Amino acid sequence: MRSSRFTFYILLLSLVLAGLWTGSAYAQGPTPTDNEVNRIARQLYCPVCESTPLDVCPTEACRQWRDLIRTMLAEGKSEGEIKQYFVEQYGVRVLNEPPNRLVSYLVPTVVILFGAFMLFRGFQMWIKPSMTESRLEDTKPEAKPFQDLYIAKLEEELKKRK
Amino acid sequence: MTESTISAPRRGVPIWAQIIIWLFLVGLLAIVAAGLSRAQQGTVQPGQVIDNFTLPLYSGYELDGKSEISMEDMRGKVIVINFWASWCKPCEQEAAELQTAWKQYQPTGQVVFLGVDYVDTDPEARVYLKKFGITYANGPDLATRISQYFRIKGVPETYFIDQSGVLQYVQIGPFSSIDQIRAQIDPLLK
Repeated sequence: MRSSRFTFYILLLSLVLAGLWTGSAYAQGPTPTDNEVNRIARQLYCPVCESTPLDVCPTEACRQWRDLIRTMLAEGKSEGEIKQYFVEQYGVRVLNEPPNRLVSYLVPTVVILFGAFMLFRGFQMWIKPSMTESRLEDTKPEAKPFQDLYIAKLEEELKKRK
Repeated sequence: MTESTISAPRRGVPIWAQIIIWLFLVGLLAIVAAGLSRAQQGTVQPGQVIDNFTLPLYSGYELDGKSEISMEDMRGKVIVINFWASWCKPCEQEAAELQTAWKQYQPTGQVVFLGVDYVDTDPEARVYLKKFGITYANGPDLATRISQYFRIKGVPETYFIDQSGVLQYVQIGPFSSIDQIRAQIDPLLK
C-alpha cells in the first residue's frame, strides 16, 4: 500500500515536471498572423514606392519587409522596436505619422488659425463703416462730410441747369 | 438743414502685425522655393567634391579588415560607388560585370569598389551578393543618408570619384559591358 502510494506521487511529480518542460517550448511564441503583421505594416510606408502603405504594397520588396516584420514579431520584438528598426534602416519617412507629434501638428494648427484670424479681420475691414452717430449741423461746408459736399454741389449744378 | 453723418474712423492693421504677416509670407515663400529647387535638382554632378561619409559594411564584406569605412579612408584611390538593391532587376544585369571589373583592378590597389545597398533587407541582400559572387565591400545605406546626399533617382546608379575626391562620372542605369566600366576608370588612373 505504501509503495503504491509512493509510486503514485512519483508519477504525479513526473507529470507535473513534464508539463512544465513542454510549456517552456512555447517561449518563442506562435507565428504571427497576417493581421498582426499588417497592424504594424499599416503604420509604415513602402520605402521605395511613394505614398504606399506597407500592408497594401504589392511589390516583392514590400513582401520581404512584411516578412521581416513577421520575423521580428516572432522574436518577441515590440511594435515600437520594430518601427524604430525601420526608421534606423530606412529613415523617418517610412512612418505614417511624424515622430515629433506635438510640433508636427501644433505648428500647422497655429498657422491655420492665425491665417483664418487674419482673413476674418480683413473681411471685417471691407464692410462699410456703420452709422454710429447722426445729428443736426450747421451748413458750414467745411463741417460737412465729403458725401454731403458732393451732394450739395450736385444739387447746385442741377439748379443752375433748370 | 441737412443731416450729416459721422462715420466710424477706419482702423488699419497695426504696423507690427503687418511686419509679422509679411515676414511670415516671405519665409513661407523661401521654404517653398528651397523645396522646389531641391526637388528639381538632379543627382550630384561631375566636378563636385564629395563630402566625407561613412558606410557600415556587411560582415564578410569588409575593406582592409574594417567594418565601417569613410571617404577619407579611401582618399588617394579611384572610388567606384554602386547603388543597388536585391529587389532591383536591372541591378542584376551589371552585377557580374562589376565583380569582374573589381577582380581586375583589385591587385593594383588603386581602385576601390563600394556597393551601397539601398532600402533592402539583410537576408535578401546577402542572397544577392552570394548569387553573383560579389566580394568587394558592401554595406546598407542606413536611413538612406548616402543616397539622399547623392540625390539618386533610383537603382542602379554608379558614381566614379577620382583620387582627389572629385566626382568624375555618373552612370544612371546598369552597365552593358565591362568595357564601359573600364572606360571610366582607366582615364582616372593615368
